[in-house]
Amino acid sequence: MWRKYLFPATVQEALEMLIAHPGESQIIAGGTDLVLQSKRGQCPATVIVDITHVPGLDFIVERDGFIFIGCQVTHAQIAASPLICHKAEVLALACGSVGGPATRSVGTLVGNVVNALPAADGAIALFALEAEVEVADGSGRRWMPIAELYAGVGQCVLDPCAQMVTTIRFRPLERGQASAYQRLANRKALALPTLAVGAVVGVQDGVCDGVRVSVGPVAPTPFRARQAEAALVGQPPTAEAIARAAELAGQAAQPRDSLLRGSRDYRQAMVGVLVRRALTEAVAKAKER
Amino acid sequence: MPTLEMTLNGKPVSVEIEPGDLLADVLRDRLGLIGTKVACGEGECGACTVLVDGETVTSCIYPAMKVRGRQVLTIEGLSEGRELDPIQMAFAAHAAAQCGYCTPGFIMAAKALLDENPHPTREEIKRAIAGNLCRCTGYYQIIDAIEDAAEQMRREG
Repeated sequence: MWRKYLFPATVQEALEMLIAHPGESQIIAGGTDLVLQSKRGQCPATVIVDITHVPGLDFIVERDGFIFIGCQVTHAQIAASPLICHKAEVLALACGSVGGPATRSVGTLVGNVVNALPAADGAIALFALEAEVEVADGSGRRWMPIAELYAGVGQCVLDPCAQMVTTIRFRPLERGQASAYQRLANRKALALPTLAVGAVVGVQDGVCDGVRVSVGPVAPTPFRARQAEAALVGQPPTAEAIARAAELAGQAAQPRDSLLRGSRDYRQAMVGVLVRRALTEAVAKAKER
Repeated sequence: MPTLEMTLNGKPVSVEIEPGDLLADVLRDRLGLIGTKVACGEGECGACTVLVDGETVTSCIYPAMKVRGRQVLTIEGLSEGRELDPIQMAFAAHAAAQCGYCTPGFIMAAKALLDENPHPTREEIKRAIAGNLCRCTGYYQIIDAIEDAAEQMRREG
């Protein structure tokens, strides 16, 4: 399956190993997606660069107004993190719903993101948090918005043989802000979502602000339901206002008929239902914070 | 071929492997530990579950190179000679196996749970085995067995 399996000691060394094997190298962290892709012949990489022994990439930390998550951090660590549960609950809930316990203890959030699949729970939550990723390559490091990583279904804009994501960052939710995650799947475990919605809402002086609603997988990438967000901003968080925002989100979604995930009509209707539930839950929590 | 060194069921082991070998295949084909079962081969069913440094992994999609220098525990590491682990005893007592193919994976998932949490609720047990599929038992016997094993282990201290 693979020709070489390498353990770099630093990010710099990892990048050098990637660049030394153009066209055949790839980073591995947990490998829960990459191994399957290699087994199925869907991944050309034969030189695998394992970054799990690089020191200092396993942090979940709040600093300078951001929460930072390193590229070795697993779904299980995020789901159990008191910081994430308190200040980015949507992400803890999303990571806690990935696969089964063995997937979560091995698979990483960054891996979930760079695989660029529209049904990736962690990525859907990160859209609602307006996350950014730090990309490292031969020219240095820079931050980019998560949405810009996506080139299409399962396609990340990064060059796997030259670039890697080292860190994710986003603003923590403060007083008056809260989040929620709603998910529909064929089973309670070991199943990708047929539909998932992340929501972040702030309630200040009786009206909503900072509304962010993310939806997947009803398009090639996770996306923000901007009309729904705009409809709620400046409004008191009443059931009617939430219902109207949810309806707009449903209209904006363009799911396909899918044997795996259900019919277009069903999933479009369910976008509205899940957005309504997520916003209702987030508003109720925001009022208590 | 790279040499893989790990601690397997409490003993140091050194084995030559290919860079792309998966842990389940190394355990079964190179080391003869066929208690670990491969069913789906895609990390979806949990039959191949083993513990690496105490955490469950699906060994059928876990690169063997990853266990370099780490502690691996398989179903063979639970019993001492003919003396079974309390979890194994409880599975037998509750008829928590039928065809038996998923059983080692369930027992290893239960082992990880009980090592971490000696007082699990039924809900916590269900969550701990959520990554394991059984097509025979209907799960209730398995949950009963893990509940009973927890009690036995608490009693034995």
